[in-house]
Amino acid sequence: MLQILNPSGELLDDPPMDVDLARRLFRAMVTARQYDRKAASIQKQGRLATYAPFEGQEAAQIGSAAALRQDDWMVATYRDAAAMWMHGCPWTHLLLTRMGDERGGSPPEGVPVLPPSITVGAHMLHAVGLAWAARLQGSDRAAVTYFGDGATSEGDFHEAMNFAGVYRTPTIFVCQNNQYAISLSRRRQTASATIAGKADAYGVPGVLVDGNDLFAMYRATGEALSRAREGQGATLIEALTYRLGPHTTGDDPSRYRDEEEVEEWRAKDPLERVRRYLATEGAWDEGWETAIAEAAHEEVDEAVEEAEALPPLAPVGIFEAMFAEMTPELAQQQRWLLDSRHGPA
Amino acid sequence: MAELTYRDAVARGIAQEMERDPSVVLIGEDVAKAGGVFKTTAGLLERFGPERVRDTPISEEAITGMIMGAAMNGLRPIGELMFSDFLATCWDIVANQIAKTRYMTDGQVSLPLVIRTANGGGARFGGQHSQSLENWAMAVPGLKVVAPSTPADVVGLLAGAIRDPDPVVFFEHKALFAGKGEVPDGEIVDALGTARVLREAPDITIVALAAMVPKALEAAAELAEHGIGAEVIDLRSLVPLDTATLFASVSKTSRLATVEENPRLAGWGAEIASIVTEEMFWDLDGPIVRVTTPHIPLPAADELEDLAIPSVERIVDTVRRTMA
Repeated sequence: MLQILNPSGELLDDPPMDVDLARRLFRAMVTARQYDRKAASIQKQGRLATYAPFEGQEAAQIGSAAALRQDDWMVATYRDAAAMWMHGCPWTHLLLTRMGDERGGSPPEGVPVLPPSITVGAHMLHAVGLAWAARLQGSDRAAVTYFGDGATSEGDFHEAMNFAGVYRTPTIFVCQNNQYAISLSRRRQTASATIAGKADAYGVPGVLVDGNDLFAMYRATGEALSRAREGQGATLIEALTYRLGPHTTGDDPSRYRDEEEVEEWRAKDPLERVRRYLATEGAWDEGWETAIAEAAHEEVDEAVEEAEALPPLAPVGIFEAMFAEMTPELAQQQRWLLDSRHGPA
Repeated sequence: MAELTYRDAVARGIAQEMERDPSVVLIGEDVAKAGGVFKTTAGLLERFGPERVRDTPISEEAITGMIMGAAMNGLRPIGELMFSDFLATCWDIVANQIAKTRYMTDGQVSLPLVIRTANGGGARFGGQHSQSLENWAMAVPGLKVVAPSTPADVVGLLAGAIRDPDPVVFFEHKALFAGKGEVPDGEIVDALGTARVLREAPDITIVALAAMVPKALEAAAELAEHGIGAEVIDLRSLVPLDTATLFASVSKTSRLATVEENPRLAGWGAEIASIVTEEMFWDLDGPIVRVTTPHIPLPAADELEDLAIPSVERIVDTVRRTMA
């Protein structure tokens, strides 16, 4: 397993980034955690629909997303807000997707981030298609896709990996193995020793990485991207991590796992080890962390305010968003729904 | 003007668009070297090369999922599903992903892609390789649904589908592949959502699609001998649906029969009947009648398959009974 920064914050290898970047990415993880907790909290107040927290997976998401080039595609899931934000998707958009507002699914201009996939697994295929198209167009853009350990049991994973292998598409598959697919443990998800090992079956390199290690994630993703840009095809990265919170705000994990296990993983917190490392380098103090945490708090609060202040979607949008040009049948149904609230008289 | 088979018209239509637009690509099982198991893509690999015409592993989800990704990244991809029955293996991608992308991105993400697939019975392929599934696609908001009946329409509607900014499921009928028809020279592009009146007559409107169109025409000729003037409309696409042509015809004939190959329950003819009933009830002189395959899988046995699929005789009988 690739590990550069151990849970105590000790370097086991040369760091893949300078202290400045490490500070920036630490700050990003702090901000992401702030967002995650805020989102879960306002969900309880009924201000968001079901929310899937990612606490514990910040390094897996921020470390990998930070290695991308701005024009690389990102195809992620409902639990990957940190990665999507790191790649340019505003918190406001991410909140909107959880408020049932389709405007959240519309990527801002110049941000190649697809809306979060709610369907488990299907989106991996789109990442293969995006990457294939990039290659045909002679570009060296890559596509990264995020999914969990549970998604590897879907047929989509097999078909996507197989195509990526055969077509040698510049696709980076990042599996955040967070140990649980809702209640089903990783052990019972697959009899494979590792998920990374599944890559062998497709002729694609598979790398097992400490997903709670920001440095290891950054390096593994960077190496995979270099290979992809050089025409050497896809890589599967298994980020070994842990979902510290519930599957979603509607889930009670105490029904299927012990608190002891959670505590063991909390000791491997992805933020703590970077904090310790930065402190060793003389690049961290409590005052700074308090300041960045406060700034994060404000940033997230502002996003919540902005999302909640948006005027509600006009009902006409549910018809207008169907096709580039509305079909006559839809135009008629729109009239029925919006003009008379009745069908034809 | 050249005489072409329906199958050759498919390759001609794809070639016309690949020639014109370098972003058009074709992938599918056996579409390149083999030229398609129904030989509908013969010659395309030689003409446009292995980057733009590619064989894929047997993976319908990957074919459809990948063209979806490619369509988001600037290509106009065509994915072939060897048999429309295989839509069932990738329905998640087609119905949950492709059909919903524009809507779930508030209209921002366009998917200009075409899923071409061999549809329909008559070839003794049995229950899992013979279905007419145009009504499945019609039932999913966000998909356009096209099913041509002639070689000229294959070229024109295929071009229209490829140029369309939204996803189109293009049903090619297996029983029509060997049939020939005149195809005009030069570029042909047809608008989706335009039905065609193939025979004008005053007494009843017969609406048909794909392989049912030639049968409806034959039935109309026979009905004329019985003194019944049957107007025949080829719908050509179910989404968008050309209700204007349909209404104009029914307001003249006051009677309507639909001829569908899909199984009876929730077949597209039921939708047509519902629309016409709601909009034109007071213009009708009698009940709308539907000629369909019964609600059964298609038998592989030749006599039984011929019995199940609507025949000229069944159309004639049904129309005569309703006119009696």
